[in-house]
Amino acid sequence: MKILTGNDLKTGAVVWWDGSGWSIHITEAADAGEEAEAILATEEAARRVNSAYAIDAEQTENGPRPAHIKDRVRALGPTVRPDLAVPAVKKVGWDWVI
Amino acid sequence: MYKYDHYDQAMVDARVEEFRDQARRRLEGKLTEDQFKPLRLQNGLYLQLHAYMLRVAIPYGTLSSMQMHALADIADKYDRGYGHFTTRQNIQYNWIKLEDAADILADLAKVEMHAIQTSGNCIRNISSDQYAGAAADEVVDPRPYAELLRQWSTFHPEFAYLPRKFKIAVIASEKDRAAMRLHDIGINIVKNDAGELGASFYVGGGMGRTPMIAPLIRDFVPLNQMVTYAEACLRVYNRHGRRDNKYKARIKILVHEMGAEEYARQVEEEFAHLLDQGVEPPFAELERIRSFFQPPEFGTGLTEKADRSDPDFALWIDRNCSPHKAPGYVSAAISLKPVGGIPGDATAAQMHLMAELAKGYSFDECRVTHAQNIILPHVEIGRLHELWTKLDEAGLGTANLDNIGDIIACPGLDYCSLANARSIPVSQKISERFASNGKGELLGELKLKISGCINACGHHHAGHIGILGVDRKGTENYQLLLGGSEAEDVSLAKITGPGFNEDGIVDAIETVADLYLERREDGERFLDTYRRLGMDPFKEALYG
Amino acid sequence: MADFDLGTGRDDVQLRFREDEQASIAAVTVDSFLDQTDAEAVRIEPGDDARDLLPHLARLRLVEVNFPSYTDGRGYSAARLLREHGYTGELRAVGDVLVDQLRYMRRCGFDAFAPERPLDEADAAAALERYDHVYQAAADEAVPIWNLRHG
Repeated sequence: MKILTGNDLKTGAVVWWDGSGWSIHITEAADAGEEAEAILATEEAARRVNSAYAIDAEQTENGPRPAHIKDRVRALGPTVRPDLAVPAVKKVGWDWVI
Repeated sequence: MYKYDHYDQAMVDARVEEFRDQARRRLEGKLTEDQFKPLRLQNGLYLQLHAYMLRVAIPYGTLSSMQMHALADIADKYDRGYGHFTTRQNIQYNWIKLEDAADILADLAKVEMHAIQTSGNCIRNISSDQYAGAAADEVVDPRPYAELLRQWSTFHPEFAYLPRKFKIAVIASEKDRAAMRLHDIGINIVKNDAGELGASFYVGGGMGRTPMIAPLIRDFVPLNQMVTYAEACLRVYNRHGRRDNKYKARIKILVHEMGAEEYARQVEEEFAHLLDQGVEPPFAELERIRSFFQPPEFGTGLTEKADRSDPDFALWIDRNCSPHKAPGYVSAAISLKPVGGIPGDATAAQMHLMAELAKGYSFDECRVTHAQNIILPHVEIGRLHELWTKLDEAGLGTANLDNIGDIIACPGLDYCSLANARSIPVSQKISERFASNGKGELLGELKLKISGCINACGHHHAGHIGILGVDRKGTENYQLLLGGSEAEDVSLAKITGPGFNEDGIVDAIETVADLYLERREDGERFLDTYRRLGMDPFKEALYG
Repeated sequence: MADFDLGTGRDDVQLRFREDEQASIAAVTVDSFLDQTDAEAVRIEPGDDARDLLPHLARLRLVEVNFPSYTDGRGYSAARLLREHGYTGELRAVGDVLVDQLRYMRRCGFDAFAPERPLDEADAAAALERYDHVYQAAADEAVPIWNLRHG
């Protein structure tokens, strides 16, 4: 699947396209499919997201899992600071990242 | 310490409002991200892996206790209660909101601080020797020259859009504690035979993907021409540095491709022209700046011996304290490298404590080192035990300066969007391994430096042992390098061979450390043994 | 207050800081200029060497410095070099000229601006007036702070 991620323009928070808006939880990321480029262009132009891009991910029982480790770290937070992890995705566990 | 006058204050105040306006125009859509990016970068604001990151300048690494308190307050008020001290003697915060950035800059301006030119393709924060003004071996305190260059480079209209970033270090001793020759310009303040002070210019060093040691371009520039000479160095670079490939855009590539002699010739030509252009500050300005860096009023008749009856304390003195020019004093290092910790990180509470200790024990001053530790520059030997006790209670009493636990590590893939691999977990495992097997102390001076990508923010080329994290088919892999040094015996480390996984690299470090312990001769550091033996025995031990 | 009248320039010139009449002459490339003994206007591209013009400053009335991308800062050095060597004619920044670069360009000697996309005039005025002082000498009249300190 193709999912979209970027940062909130004002707060900088890592966000994921959930089909109608941007969520801080990767578990809510939606498959953007063929629409990816169009959504990115519209959302950047409307300044609802900053520096967004499309990535490959696989659907798992815990939700979408990005193909690249960098985006998995983005999804959870620094692996060396579990206390700062994004709350709703903590349940997937650190094994999910590496 | 340098104190702002109303001119300096007006500059940083205006900068706050300028950035507030730029951020507003970005949020209103008047600036695209592409247009905004260099503007926010020149204010130290990155878009990092998890959020915006703000890098605050700490000129030549010197902080007052009030400034350190303010840095702690920012960590609490705008971030998540901690900050990260960097290899450019700066501090960065990892969880900043764009909408707060101007307010943070305003808080910084209140304590004579800023984030000006801490990123971007411009002249960056100028670094120096962390023992400046205290070191027993210095010719002179190098910081006034760094401050003069700070002012010269701040908002320099010609050099804001250089081919690439530009880093300057100023030292004033034969011992190099600031990686001077691995800078775009390294300046060593020296005395000539007539006893006059001048500046030796080394130009075109750097780390990154093409590490180079800066050649000497001119051995003695009189102090009343130093700014003009720097201007000439920069102009030749701005006009001729490569702009076709960002990986070949640093001045080291220009100097290398042009040849140091030809580069020096062009600089001399530009210099001769610029001498007539009124670029140089009045000499009285240097005198004015020097007046802020007069030695504090050191006590006299102080004890020069500490009570070493507590072995932990004695070890900390041996490891973490450095000779001072004033009798009865030392410079004491606060290690930000606790066993298993995150190198360079400090909590707001720790920053407040370090600020209080700087006030109480070190004439209201502390320093950030390029090795990501904090120095209290002027501590009475007779009060060291009291100081160490307070540090130890706060988890800041680790006795490991310059040994294998004192690891320089970049933020790596845990925080950085450029990284290919994580640096911090590797450093944690190494420091834990060598603390638990007891070899850390046996090894003595051993500088280990880890970068999570080829950009080399963790100075891996300059480590006695270096580690470079790479992306190998989607998994983290670590290359091992040996034989680098950032000091006066500067050298670039060489790769041993194929890389290792995370656990493998920790074992590999132990293998080369064991070989050193086995083969070292009297008084040799790891680096000396490596230089004597060469790479082969180490390769043999690693790959068999 | 900055002493200028926004939008008074001809053609694409949006900002101009000169008293004299704007010359209506077309700028030619550096190579053409050096070939033509009567050319009075030249356009410098980032890769050109502004030093090639130094023997011919007397006949120049207009120098355009092109910024194809605002991140390429070679034009700042070109401008300052020309001023340092005595060029007093119009020095016009053209191309990707943006609000937040105006002040540095002014300091390097530019006195006319022809941005490829018009600038917001209020933002431009604010950017030019933001700072009262400068730390270092450049090609403008501003007195560096360190000279003010030591009067």
